Amino acid sequence: MEFVFKKLTSISATFILIILSAIFIVLFIYSKPAIKEYGLKFLIDPRWGVTIKIPKSNPSNLSISDKKTAVSGNLSQEKLGTKSDNEDDNSLLNDDSDNDNNLLNDDSDNSNNDSSLNNDSDNDDNLLNSDSDDDSDLMGNDNEANSNYVTKEIYGGLIPIVGTILSTIIALLFAVPIAMGIAIFLSEIAPPFLSKPVGIAIELLAAIPSIIYGMWGLFYFGPFVSKIVGGPSVNLLVAGLVLGVMIIPFMASLTRDSMNTTPNVLKESAYALGATKFEVIKDVIFPYAKSGIIGSIILALGRALGETMAVAFVIGGVFKLPKHLTDPTVSIPVVLANNFAESSGMSMAALFYLALVLFVISFIVIVTAKFYFLRNKK
Amino acid sequence: MLKKLAFGALISVSTFAWTINGTGSSFQYPVNKTWIKGFYSETGNRVNYTATGSGTGIKEIIARHVDFGGTDKPLSPKELRKNHLAQFPIIIGGITLAYNIPGVHKLKLSEVAIEGIALGTIQYWDNPVIVKYNPNEKLPHKKIIFVHRSDKSGTTFNFTYYLAKMSTVWRHHYGVKKALNWPTDAQGRGVAGKGNAGVSAAIKTNAYSIGYVDYADAVTNGLNLAVVQGRDGAFYEPNPANFAKGAAYGGFSAKNDFFKLIAYPKKGYPILAPSFDLVHTDDRNAKKVTAFFNYAFDHDEMASKLGYIPLPSNVKAMVRKYWEEKGISPEK
Repeated sequence: MEFVFKKLTSISATFILIILSAIFIVLFIYSKPAIKEYGLKFLIDPRWGVTIKIPKSNPSNLSISDKKTAVSGNLSQEKLGTKSDNEDDNSLLNDDSDNDNNLLNDDSDNSNNDSSLNNDSDNDDNLLNSDSDDDSDLMGNDNEANSNYVTKEIYGGLIPIVGTILSTIIALLFAVPIAMGIAIFLSEIAPPFLSKPVGIAIELLAAIPSIIYGMWGLFYFGPFVSKIVGGPSVNLLVAGLVLGVMIIPFMASLTRDSMNTTPNVLKESAYALGATKFEVIKDVIFPYAKSGIIGSIILALGRALGETMAVAFVIGGVFKLPKHLTDPTVSIPVVLANNFAESSGMSMAALFYLALVLFVISFIVIVTAKFYFLRNKK
Repeated sequence: MLKKLAFGALISVSTFAWTINGTGSSFQYPVNKTWIKGFYSETGNRVNYTATGSGTGIKEIIARHVDFGGTDKPLSPKELRKNHLAQFPIIIGGITLAYNIPGVHKLKLSEVAIEGIALGTIQYWDNPVIVKYNPNEKLPHKKIIFVHRSDKSGTTFNFTYYLAKMSTVWRHHYGVKKALNWPTDAQGRGVAGKGNAGVSAAIKTNAYSIGYVDYADAVTNGLNLAVVQGRDGAFYEPNPANFAKGAAYGGFSAKNDFFKLIAYPKKGYPILAPSFDLVHTDDRNAKKVTAFFNYAFDHDEMASKLGYIPLPSNVKAMVRKYWEEKGISPEK
């Protein structure tokens, strides 16, 4: 019998390790093109899915302009559409005449629109003439090259990475005190006829699918929060709060369970020494249940980092570094969920790269949390 | 006994009725669903369609995992030839500009105004460009919040196609994409919603916002819809009659395998989106697929009820002739 148990435990342990490493390997293989293309710069590049045009003519020129646009993109992300900046840069570098032409065209177009029907025929002719070319140009494949330019898509993960970390921090700041309060209430203060049903309700809350939290956040909670603190109805703060609500039940029920393991002898002897209820909770129960509490926080942290559906509904989905708490932004799982079904080629590789980053982030966070608190415990 | 019965049922099903599978564009999912229901009750043949997105539809049909693939982004004739595919449009939808300005119920937007709002150059609702065509409305001095899709989608693809056709600035700087970094995002006036439902909800809950939504979703959500200037300069209210007027100028042609988006037609409501289906020309099931869509073309009323615009009859004839040429016209 003992032999079977030994075998079983070792098998399950290797099973877990195999799954983990298999996930890591798959992520790595599929993200390889993106890793090769963008390298570690991916982590600090705030541009996602930005197309830049690079003149085809000679390769030396190519690398220079590429660097230039990359730098300008980094610096002027805040100002306005980076793409226009890049393009302007490019056109300034390469062909002024083309740019001028564009501007002229624009003017005539606008005036046309204003005075509407006057020179309709002219406008039509233009569009018709260029129609066939235009269409294939506009709708053609993303990877199909123009005659003079090579278009290149740039992907960088800074914004989703920052969004993930910020939303998780907001969620933890909101959830930890409330979850601790619920746990203390359930295990120490509430009378049994109350603690049982409330405990069950908390566990039910943990069983609600995340998309339902998302819908609730989108239609009710988001508008409610934005009415109080301002900003649009979907934003970083709403996402953080919804995440917080989602992880409270985990934390609360795990914390309650670990608090319940405190031996009654310890509590009663503390009371006998004249300790108040507050002192018993603070000095007896908390130190005893500490590792369990920390474990619950780490588990909740893991869930908050990877939560997808609920956050996709309420975070806003805008690729922009948040300046205020009430700005919409994106997180890594949201980017994956929004773009995965329709992506292929390099954009797919970039998504896998992003997934790999999330994998590594959660790994690092959880391992450091474990080690830090394990060391403290001794 | 039971086994025998089940076996008999299987035989009877396989001899008298068949099943085909399709996947792809979520835009055509609702209309396909109703057609599938009618088709099943009439012929007993089963069609399965799952909404997974245009990109998946293309991938799955090329990999021959399904019998037909739905897509909002047409494939070029070159690509079709490479993969032995045939392509045809099945339905047209209208994209509306829905807005939420308290107290304003009839907003008229000229092309210049739409261009400016999308490009972010028009920042406030009381901009003279907007006020010009709305002299009777009290437009507030509030920042315009632009709502767009956060996920990659055919609706975005068709809307940006319309913008690119209408505005040279847009064409040169942003182009036609399924998802992009909108210029309004960089200015902090952009919000995104997941799916049409997400966009509708974001418009509903954010005052002074405007965004693009499928007509059917906009109507079910009770949003205010802007009256939009067409290519001929006239203003068109977003309703099926005006959509159909625009669709008549779609300019589909079987010569290039219907490789065409139809937004910005010469007359009629300008923001339109067709949806296509792909089949393998060398597949036996292709004839079953066309049989289904042949039935669908004969039942326009189901599509109109859902807020879609059926294909103009000349386009339908064109598609049927195209089937014949490709050797995939439905079996009698």
